[in-house]
Amino acid sequence: MSNLISQKVNMIFKSLKGEDVHALKDITFSLKKGELLTVLGPSGCGKTTLLNIAAGFLRPTSGSITLGDKEINGPGVERGMVFQQGALFEWLTVNQNVNFGLRMKKEDPIKTAKKVEEWLDIVGLKGFGNTPTYQLSGGMQQRVALARCLINDPDLILMDEPLGALDALTREKMQSLVLKIWKETGKTIILITHSVEEALLLGERVYVMAPRPGRIHKEYKLPFASMGLKGDLRKIKNDKEFVSKREEILSMIWNMEEEIMGKEI
Amino acid sequence: MITGFITFFTIFAVVGAILYGRKLIKREKSDAVFGNPERAKGGIHWVVVGSSFLLLSWLYYSWDIAKSFYPKSANELCQVAKVNESLLSLKYLFPIVERQHKSTAIIKRENINIEDKITLIQNDPNLKNQDKEIFINILRNTKLMIPSLTDERYLQDETQNIINELTIRLKQLTEDFPKDNYPNLSEEEENEINEGLKKQLGWGATGMEVPPLPESKKGLKFHAAAAELNSISDEFFEMRNHNPEYLRQAEAIFNEIKEYMDGLDDGLELDYIKDIKKLVRRIEYASIFPPKTLDELENSIRAFDKVQNNEQGNLRTIDILLFPAGTIVASGPQCSEAGPGRWLPKPSDTFRIFGEMLKPSVGYKMIPMLWYEMMGVNKIVGFILPDWIADIMPGKYPVHNQDGTVDPNFKSKVLDIVTGEFEAFKIPVPTGHIWDSFLRVFLGLSLGIILGVPLGLFMGLNRFAKGFFDPMVELYRPVPPLAWAPLVITVFGIDNVGKVFLLFMVSFSIMIISARAGASGTQLSKIHAAHSLGASRWQIIREVIFPNSLPEILTGIRVAVGMCWGTLVAAEFLAGTTGIGFVENVARKYMQYEVIWITIFVMGMLGLLFDLTIRKIIDKTIPWRGKG
Repeated sequence: MSNLISQKVNMIFKSLKGEDVHALKDITFSLKKGELLTVLGPSGCGKTTLLNIAAGFLRPTSGSITLGDKEINGPGVERGMVFQQGALFEWLTVNQNVNFGLRMKKEDPIKTAKKVEEWLDIVGLKGFGNTPTYQLSGGMQQRVALARCLINDPDLILMDEPLGALDALTREKMQSLVLKIWKETGKTIILITHSVEEALLLGERVYVMAPRPGRIHKEYKLPFASMGLKGDLRKIKNDKEFVSKREEILSMIWNMEEEIMGKEI
Repeated sequence: MITGFITFFTIFAVVGAILYGRKLIKREKSDAVFGNPERAKGGIHWVVVGSSFLLLSWLYYSWDIAKSFYPKSANELCQVAKVNESLLSLKYLFPIVERQHKSTAIIKRENINIEDKITLIQNDPNLKNQDKEIFINILRNTKLMIPSLTDERYLQDETQNIINELTIRLKQLTEDFPKDNYPNLSEEEENEINEGLKKQLGWGATGMEVPPLPESKKGLKFHAAAAELNSISDEFFEMRNHNPEYLRQAEAIFNEIKEYMDGLDDGLELDYIKDIKKLVRRIEYASIFPPKTLDELENSIRAFDKVQNNEQGNLRTIDILLFPAGTIVASGPQCSEAGPGRWLPKPSDTFRIFGEMLKPSVGYKMIPMLWYEMMGVNKIVGFILPDWIADIMPGKYPVHNQDGTVDPNFKSKVLDIVTGEFEAFKIPVPTGHIWDSFLRVFLGLSLGIILGVPLGLFMGLNRFAKGFFDPMVELYRPVPPLAWAPLVITVFGIDNVGKVFLLFMVSFSIMIISARAGASGTQLSKIHAAHSLGASRWQIIREVIFPNSLPEILTGIRVAVGMCWGTLVAAEFLAGTTGIGFVENVARKYMQYEVIWITIFVMGMLGLLFDLTIRKIIDKTIPWRGKG
């Protein structure tokens, strides 16, 4: 079992003035394999920092995150990442982008070509293999990024506001896609978002983080993700419980924001 | 002939294109208001007008239109210039060109000079009164001498006869000049001119501006008249109005001066007396005549001038209309093109010379512009492979044996190959000025790219590399490349190595900067993505950072090509024996304006070719640029 366990992770940056900025304080949580965690919070609460530590791009000041038995101290293939803006390699075609990880491992190109086709089918990009990525729309680019990440078969998928730059309609379609992939592959997923609705819809578990110092403010366990796997997402959005949870979290975040603004003024 | 055709053709093209443009406006949509960029689209017809305008200006200002339609005009104008020149000195005697008669002007001027001198002497406190008296006396006498020249009573018959004779000759010339059979040359003279004409090259031939000997009947008339006028004016200026009365007075004055000077040492008095002597001499040599004496001569000169102006006929119009911004007449008997015709070569001459230079057997300075030569493959192999390959082969080089022969072994055979000492077939290799210039730019640029791009990427990614190499690059980069030229040429020689190194310096710094900018401009998320997809450091550089920097690198190459090209031409100016810049420099020394313009044209075309090639490469290799 490759559980994700975070133990007392602290992250302290030095600001330009020399002050310590406590970005993350004592973040402790654990995630079982196959769980979908969404992280919510006002801007500057350390969501992305947490994700970067999990990905291995940053080292925590103290504490550690372990995946399975291994402590994370650098980027690795077992942790795939999907970025807000795709971060696709625009000099490559869709196929080559999806293929990238396997090519880096120097796998047999004939075998990988088949895999690539399968994954393009799953994310709904069949027939787009030879298109240059700069010709794709935002939603399609995000699909490529998903496929590129998943083809490496990572244990953990980290998503940094993957749907943040998409229009409402595309976003809804992509949310279904994320759920579908989650169900079919059974991957552990951490998804960061600033949309409360998205966090509730996708998250089996939802962490609401608070800023200064960045910490987990509240934790929810929710049924909506499992409901979404079967039913219509739009129906769930009008569910009474869903609406009340949404309002609760929204007002919570509003209060936090007000607190910060108040402090600054 | 061709020029004439092209002239008419371009004029028709301009008119046609303008008419087309007017028609187009009528059909155009009315919603294209001013400021709408749509309105700048299209307009090929204006390109036609623009190019035609350029071509017409070139044809017109290089006097090629004049040459095409009136091929004899330059030669004839040159003969007119000869007549003008010969007439000029005679005309200056009379109020034709000047305001006054020359005699009047001289008398006026010298009277003033004498009065000034007298005042100066009277006011000089360092002069003794006795000397003052003598000086002033001499000056007064000098002034009194002038009437002896201007009084008609003293004029000698001899002088009057010469004047009359010259007047008659001028009148005769005026009378003969318009006649069809003028000039009446003797057979000998005619032969002489014909001989000269045979050797004479045409207008615009290499080393020849305008042929000086008359080529037409009209030209011959002016040529002969100029000779006659020269003889008349020579005779006139040899003549002096020194009548006995003048001579008597002058002798008295000179004696008085001499007497005074004899008893003098150096000093103030000597300076004065020398000045006074100069005054007297000036009057002696001036052509001063009684007021009415030259009237007849003046009238005959005026008459001849009128006749010769009439005889010029349409030449004057041609000169004004078809020889813009200058005229051949201004050069006098030199027969050169005084105006843009001189430095702006005629298209017809330029293309003829260009065609001539392109012939591999002619070229420029014994080297063709762009051609090929057959070179053995062995030479190329010997040049590319380093000789030490043979040294590291096992065994020893063979030693000669008792028979006095040498048996080759494996090692010596390898040596033969790496030094190019073997029989091989020949392949054509490009050669010539243009190829040399091109090759230098290509090599310098390639070296700069091959070394500069990796170093630039490295500097964009690594703190040590950036810190370590930055001072070096930043110290030499801002120096204009040509400022390095004297040093580089001293160290690496004036031939290819020096120039290639100079160009390498130019492209190296540009490539470093652009590759560095490309590397440091890579989005962090792309590098993160590559990391979590399992790419190693080397793979990240090769697969992510390098392709991501390509737009910057290719833009850098485009800049570097331009810089290299400019530097190369200047470097070839400085030193060397081949190259397009060398050709221009030599042409400059010999004032071969056609060749200068040809080199300018070739350089422009080559620069354009480089730029177009790189633009094509950019479009092909980085289609995502600006769309990411």
